[in-house]
Amino acid sequence: MSNPILKVENLHVNFNTYAGTVQAIRDVSFDLNEGETLAIVGESGSGKSVTTKTLMGLNAKNASIPDNSRLLFKDRNLLDLKESEWQSVRGNEIAMIFQDPMTSLDPTMKIGMQIAEPLIKHRQMKKEDALARALELMKGVGIPNAEGHINDYPHQWSGGMRQRAVVAIALAADPEILIADEPTTALDVTIQAQILNLMKDLQKETGSSIIFITHDLGVVAGMANRVAVMYAGKIVEYGTVDEIFFNPQHPYTWGLLNSMPTTDTQVGSLEAIPGTPPDLLMPPKGDAFASRNVYALAIDSKEEPPFFRVSDTHYAATWLLDERAPKVTPPLQIQKRWARWQEIQGQEA
Amino acid sequence: MMTESTPKKLVELKDLQLYFNKGKANEVRAIDHVTFDIYEGEVFGLVGESGSGKTTIGRTILKLHEPTAGEILFNGEDVTHLKGKHLSEFRKDSQMIFQDPQASLNGRMKVRDIIAEGIDINKLAKNKTERNAKVQELLKLVGLNEDHATRYPHEFSGGQRQRIGIARALAVDPKFIIADEPISALDVSIQAQVVNLMKELQTKHSLTYLFIAHDLSMVKYISDRIGVMHWGKLLEIGSADAVYNHPLHPYTKSLLSAIPVPDPEVESLRQHVAYDTTIETDGKDRQMIEVNPGHFVLATAEEAATYKSQQI
Repeated sequence: MSNPILKVENLHVNFNTYAGTVQAIRDVSFDLNEGETLAIVGESGSGKSVTTKTLMGLNAKNASIPDNSRLLFKDRNLLDLKESEWQSVRGNEIAMIFQDPMTSLDPTMKIGMQIAEPLIKHRQMKKEDALARALELMKGVGIPNAEGHINDYPHQWSGGMRQRAVVAIALAADPEILIADEPTTALDVTIQAQILNLMKDLQKETGSSIIFITHDLGVVAGMANRVAVMYAGKIVEYGTVDEIFFNPQHPYTWGLLNSMPTTDTQVGSLEAIPGTPPDLLMPPKGDAFASRNVYALAIDSKEEPPFFRVSDTHYAATWLLDERAPKVTPPLQIQKRWARWQEIQGQEA
Repeated sequence: MMTESTPKKLVELKDLQLYFNKGKANEVRAIDHVTFDIYEGEVFGLVGESGSGKTTIGRTILKLHEPTAGEILFNGEDVTHLKGKHLSEFRKDSQMIFQDPQASLNGRMKVRDIIAEGIDINKLAKNKTERNAKVQELLKLVGLNEDHATRYPHEFSGGQRQRIGIARALAVDPKFIIADEPISALDVSIQAQVVNLMKELQTKHSLTYLFIAHDLSMVKYISDRIGVMHWGKLLEIGSADAVYNHPLHPYTKSLLSAIPVPDPEVESLRQHVAYDTTIETDGKDRQMIEVNPGHFVLATAEEAATYKSQQI
């Protein structure tokens, strides 16, 4: 399983604005393994969407990426590609499912044709063949009576059905990497459950790798094999889904897990993360989370924490893991999760 | 806080109906014979998917829509057809917090004037000094700084903007607040802040909330009682614990089974229960039946018996 199909190394993305340079991504590195689902979690402004846009070569014109950043996919650095070369990658080898099915479909084009388009463009298929394949894809994503709806326009469909069409378009060219940017955030929970199940089934069939961007930890728990938590343009913790949910180490991950009520959260016990995320025009010195962190140490405001190893698959960037750091007691809900982790470890041993 | 004896009804909806395009082919029954009460001092959560009519109910209570039929009682008085002066008096008592703090604050007004608009309209301040003092007090109450008063909405983050919206609602000292998806536009870490603030203010000012949302876990967390809506009908109503942990209606069960839980072990076992909508379209006569004390479900007598026997 640990066969990386994509390696992101030292990625920096800056946006030059009238107010100054926004450092949206500040040194992000991760691997995407073949056939896995990697979830990237974070709040708005944490850089999760910029990361995926960079992977699709879709950043705005004012973006600048330093030369030492590397996106290694099939022995080439995607950042060296010209726009004409990008076009053979985008929608073909790497495809994307966008958040809002209302704005990511062309309102003036029949849905069947929109699904067939990547096949005509990337696979040089004839129009009839491409439309026949589009029909299969529509059936594959569970659109009832697909024959009768292939010539519909997006406005004739509901949000859930439209998102199915978006999934079908992304899958049309059989991509190796599928990037899903908040694919279900605009949908109702019942429809969300259907789309997530659909994505899981399709992944089993095609074996593609998925990068799943979301802020909903519930969705992450059900979809991901591995999780990376982003804050202020950096990854602060990554590990397997069990490690992140049952053995979280970074105070920001604690905060995120704590600010979602579960069935047994009593009134008054929901713990919010105080404050707001930092301004990336002027990222703070040291640990960017320090000002919102009740567990912050003196060193946090001086020096940025490196990644500390928790296990071979689990790393967290917090000074709390340094051997010189004082032992802290995490919030009660996190202690419960740690206790569960001990049980799981015990069962496996 | 609710007392165990007979809680006072603050808002009563009686057989409320709101049909758009009534009598035409494209008639939409946005609110279809809905009856429920909201008790003084409680948080009543209204959940359902988009198009279920939950927002329309909130807007109809505040008379932003004219109901087709039925009655709305506030504090025992009929407010269904209020007009003019009486309507403005009623709207002083019942305020709204909107979903999108970006769209619901006037971008050309300073925060002070946004918050004070209700104070001005209802002439609640004698002079400018008193007005500004009230604004300062409200800003502090919702966790903002006094010097924020002279800024414009775009200078704030989403969570801060929602705090301004809350301060504006509280400015006229209301009894009842309708919060329509107040946190769905906010980040997870900020959602908890706003919900905690709302809960705190409720206790401090003995407010009654109608909390409209599609995020069931948040609704469960903040609400005393929950109503579940689908296609304009109220399908189930009961205490938050009863509806969430011992649901009766198949739609409620389906909705609950769809909520993702931040726990990989629970998630790996979760099965989404599909909902068969035919029981809403077969034309049978269904009433709200009290299956357990305080726990009602829209059903025929036979169905109610079946639901009860299946209850966990």
